[in-house]
Amino acid sequence: MAGTASARPAPARDLAAARRREERRTRALLLAPAMAILIFAASGPLLIVLAYSFLTPGDYGGVVWEFSLKAWFNVFAERDFFTGEIELADAHLSIFWRSIKLSAMTTALCLLIGFPTAYFIATRPRKTRDFWMLLVIIPFWTNLLIRTFAIMELIRNEGTVNSFLIWTGLIDTPIQMMFTEFALLVGMAYVYLPLMILPVYAALERFDFRLVEAGYDLYAGRWQVLRRIVLPLAKPGVVAGSILVFVPCLGAYVTPRVLGGGKNMMLGNFIELQFGQGRNWPLGAALALTLLVIVMAALIVYVRAVGREEGGRHG
Amino acid sequence: MIEIDRVTKVFGAGAEAFRALDAVNVTIRQNEFFTLLGPSGCGKTTLLRVMAGFVDPTEGAVTLEGDDLLRLAPYERPVNTVFQSYALFPHMTVAENIGFGLEMQGRPRDEVRRTVGEMLELVRMSELADRRTSEISGGQQQRVALARALAPRPRVLLLDEPLSALDFKLRKDMQLELKRLQSETGITFIFVTHDQEEALTMSDRIAVMNEGAIRQIGSPRDIYDHPAERFVADFIGDTNFLEAELLSKEEARAEVRLASGAAVTARAAEGGAEAGAVTLAIRPEHADLAPEGEGLLPGRLSDVVYFGTDTHFHVDLDAGGRFVVRRQNTPDRAEARAPGERVAVRFGARVGQVLRD
Ligand SMILES: Nc1ncnc2c1ncn2[C@@H]1O[C@H](COP(=O)(O)OP(=O)(O)OP(=O)(O)O)[C@@H](O)[C@H]1O
Ligand SMILES: [Mg+2]
Repeated sequence: MAGTASARPAPARDLAAARRREERRTRALLLAPAMAILIFAASGPLLIVLAYSFLTPGDYGGVVWEFSLKAWFNVFAERDFFTGEIELADAHLSIFWRSIKLSAMTTALCLLIGFPTAYFIATRPRKTRDFWMLLVIIPFWTNLLIRTFAIMELIRNEGTVNSFLIWTGLIDTPIQMMFTEFALLVGMAYVYLPLMILPVYAALERFDFRLVEAGYDLYAGRWQVLRRIVLPLAKPGVVAGSILVFVPCLGAYVTPRVLGGGKNMMLGNFIELQFGQGRNWPLGAALALTLLVIVMAALIVYVRAVGREEGGRHG
Repeated sequence: MIEIDRVTKVFGAGAEAFRALDAVNVTIRQNEFFTLLGPSGCGKTTLLRVMAGFVDPTEGAVTLEGDDLLRLAPYERPVNTVFQSYALFPHMTVAENIGFGLEMQGRPRDEVRRTVGEMLELVRMSELADRRTSEISGGQQQRVALARALAPRPRVLLLDEPLSALDFKLRKDMQLELKRLQSETGITFIFVTHDQEEALTMSDRIAVMNEGAIRQIGSPRDIYDHPAERFVADFIGDTNFLEAELLSKEEARAEVRLASGAAVTARAAEGGAEAGAVTLAIRPEHADLAPEGEGLLPGRLSDVVYFGTDTHFHVDLDAGGRFVVRRQNTPDRAEARAPGERVAVRFGARVGQVLRD
């Protein structure tokens, strides 16, 4: 009798193990196409860029297959043409700094405008919310270049804003807005605003607004309800929105090109320059990888910082 | 003391206007367990929200100890709410939830900690202080919601059907617990329910509402034994309605003649007719069966239904209509009556209630 009792579970265990194996195989097969695309489309080019960054630039663009650390050296430093002294590459660093600064400011501006907008939409009657979201999304369907030119039309010296201000008599000479960091900020905030509104709205739409009443009931004023109840619960949306805005801002190319001119170059334009007129592909590759590292570092720092405050879980 | 003076609330405007509260008048005393009872949609939550400050009444006044409440924002009122859905903050622990109100009032940190400890003890949740509110059971969430609302020591606690999500057993326990908390804290409780039994067992006084108006206010006994209107008699407990003729009325004492011709003394609700055709309400357990020829209303026994604790006798009255008599069962009394028998219904003087409408 004892024999049967102990012998019984064994086949069951085998069956369970077999089923798990089977499941694993099915899952691997199902995942295979996606994994293949991810590997070849994402890490493939990345590996090529990595390889190029360690090669020597060709005279007319392209690369010569000769190992060199010069590109990486040039990312951060340069050798003085006359004295041969090594000094920091100020021009490069200021471009890095401007990119990071403007991206952070754009993200903050998008949050400042996007959060109230998302809150407004999420508190409308259910029927009208789709309409409001459509208003947010329609510009997003328009070509990036056209949207950027639209901003240009607004802020250039003979543009709408200046003409209006002169007409009202508030100013008599146009305010220079084009080709300034202000232009970049406005342009990028306008272009990337939907990327902030969408995830914040998604978080707020799931938010239980009865909690706001509970907050008021417990002596919290408007500001405290926002800070202690709404924001912590909308945090996943705010985090996602900030990442979605910050990352493309860092690499932005079209908007800085149109609105910033040559003076206010951002990383994206500088990298493009190396592959174009600069004819220094390895430097371009090294810069692109540096950008990638900055993005990842920024994300890690940000997510850590946000995650450390208590809360952030929903439902 | 909360005085609600002719409070009216109209939602919407024009053709879609809906009168959710219609000139509600009620005074709730200090330290009272006061219940708003009524069917779904009668305006109970709306009235509670007027007191909490989430609904502005279209007309009327609400005062607390003589101070105008309507002037104050919700976060300025010494009134806390236990929401029907509990509305606990999901990103905070049990203790943080309970301490939230105190913190917002700007109480010192150690006072907050001490009060939270006391509250946890009061609702017997000390062990779960550091759990997330999503990690505790429904009954426990209920207790946290209660502790959270009690912690800032409001003068009035509003409870919107706080027990409706709980299962039967837990409900019974929580009913006792609520009574205990009310007497221990001495806070005025205004309790909303649509469960008549809950209202009868817990309240000091009950206001029965229907279609935005209060139909009757009184102690549970008052309301049950002496319903003033057909709606109240019907909504609370089971009732027999008899057509009768009012012969005379003097204050609460009325002489009526039943359809069978028998005359009996009854109680009369305030207001209502002075003479003529009226409706008399009699609870099934307040009446009894008599041998034919002895009672007030002769008839034929049509059904005898055994319910364990009691037995229901359905009598088809000779004068028309049906009358139910409920009699408690005891093990030593075997019920000899059988359907088809001729019997009579009888009830004592001042048992029947002459309704207002
Ligand atoms: N904001 C509002 N706009 C329009 N009508 C409303 C609003 N709030 C409540 N009502 C209506 O007022 C009436 C009373 O609602 P209320 O929530 O007070 O009922 P209740 O007695 O609490 O019912 P229940 O027992 O179902 O909770 C209902 O018919 C409801 O549809
Ligand atoms: Mg309600």
